[in-house]
Amino acid sequence: MKPIVLAKRIIFAAALIPAAVLAYNAYQGDLTANPIEYITHFTGDWAIRFLVITLAITPIRRITRWNPIIQLRRMLGLFAFFYATLHFLTWFVLDWFFDFKQMAEDIAMRPFITLGMATFVMLLALALTSTQRSIRRLGRKWTQLHRLIYVATATGLFHFWLARKTVVPQFQVVLVAAILLLGFRAWWTLRTRTHARPSTAH
Amino acid sequence: MLIRRAPDLRYSDITSKSLYLRRREFLREAAGAAIGAAAAVAISPLAATVAAQQKQGTGHGAKLANVKKSPLSTAGEKLTAWDDITSYNNFYEFGPYKEDPKAEAWRLKPRPWTITVEGYAEKKGTFGFDEFIQPYALEERVYRMRCVEAWSMVIPWVGIPLKDIIATYKPTSQAKYVEFVTAFNPAQMPGQTTRMLPWPYVEGLRMDEANNPLAILAVGLYEESLPNQDGAPIRLVVPWKYGFKGVKSIAKIRFVDYQPKNTWQVMTPNEYGFYANVNPNVDHPRWSQASERRIGEFFRRKTLPFNGYADQVASLYAGMDPKKLY
Repeated sequence: MKPIVLAKRIIFAAALIPAAVLAYNAYQGDLTANPIEYITHFTGDWAIRFLVITLAITPIRRITRWNPIIQLRRMLGLFAFFYATLHFLTWFVLDWFFDFKQMAEDIAMRPFITLGMATFVMLLALALTSTQRSIRRLGRKWTQLHRLIYVATATGLFHFWLARKTVVPQFQVVLVAAILLLGFRAWWTLRTRTHARPSTAH
Repeated sequence: MLIRRAPDLRYSDITSKSLYLRRREFLREAAGAAIGAAAAVAISPLAATVAAQQKQGTGHGAKLANVKKSPLSTAGEKLTAWDDITSYNNFYEFGPYKEDPKAEAWRLKPRPWTITVEGYAEKKGTFGFDEFIQPYALEERVYRMRCVEAWSMVIPWVGIPLKDIIATYKPTSQAKYVEFVTAFNPAQMPGQTTRMLPWPYVEGLRMDEANNPLAILAVGLYEESLPNQDGAPIRLVVPWKYGFKGVKSIAKIRFVDYQPKNTWQVMTPNEYGFYANVNPNVDHPRWSQASERRIGEFFRRKTLPFNGYADQVASLYAGMDPKKLY
């Protein structure tokens, strides 16, 4: 088996562990005194973590020059979408129990919900266009569209920050990771541009 | 010539198997204690004592005697379970997550404890906890508790009417407000080593609010002494206000002539004010306060003005703009 295939299988199984832990805790009735809040935070935490992990793939590829790792990117991005969907459904079903009026009011009036909803819609668009067929059909536009992950990460982090009364350590961790990863990209882009200039002059 | 003979001691004579199996837990508990010098025989009771102290701090406490029921208790509500009241806490001195206080609050030593009374009062000074509460009869007060985060509980507090305590210290006419300050002890309250909030935690009440019969200083719940994570040994309970007004582990009470700057107001002035009266019609800038989730229930319920205590407290705010009372 090729190393990348093995890595893919292991990471696929590992990425399901948080969902399994949540299901197990739910089965044990061990979801704290406020289960709906617990599930909301748990799924939201993992959605943003997978978003940041997805952003790490390209920098890792550049540093290690192990190109096959790029094959993990779509799977990890879809896991971010998977946890974001659980997070959204928790809000939609458990928290508001289909109270459309209240949910509409929250989306319109409360920036933290507006941002969360916008993030989810962006991730939905990325997930729907993640197939080989979409990549072929959209061509260059696909690359442009999928830069939305940067926007979704920013809005997702902003949503996380607004959702809590104080800056919690878990937020600091994902924020620092996101800044480092996006900083690496910016640095890399600048570096390749300046390096590329003399060669294009020839 | 080598003679093999059975050893005098079996391993089980030296260290009991159960203690051996608990060795990591045991080491953790005994860390910091001077175990080096102590003989093996002396160690095991020490560890047991440390463990017992830790459990006592966050688990069930001492049964409180002679607690009388109060007619001011809220009737007709199902009490929130002890386990929920003691495992789901906002007490940032022990960390920002709800489960932190139960896990970390064993560090707090609620005895010996002193309470300092300062400011515009005839009687002032520093008093030991037992001396401080000794003059009063303990009352059970069942109250709704509405957190600013839109969840609520029903808690059978045991406490002392705040107005009786205030009367003891005879505040002068210059005293317009009462300020309460949580203990500052980073060694026992690890959250205080971070800059999550400005420490120590401060809260305050207007004098007439503090003298309202509903306001109490609580020392217990479910007829037991207060577990550390709920604010041992003594905390404020003002049921018509959001939960963050209920300052925990009080070390100082000051009678002052200015409106105290309470911690959350200092932290986020555009979101938290001084009054913090429960009001379903005034939203938190980031979320609605119209409904709440009662711990133990699935569906949200409507939040009541003054958390359902309007009859007893609304007159305190006659002529004031309710929109400014958040």
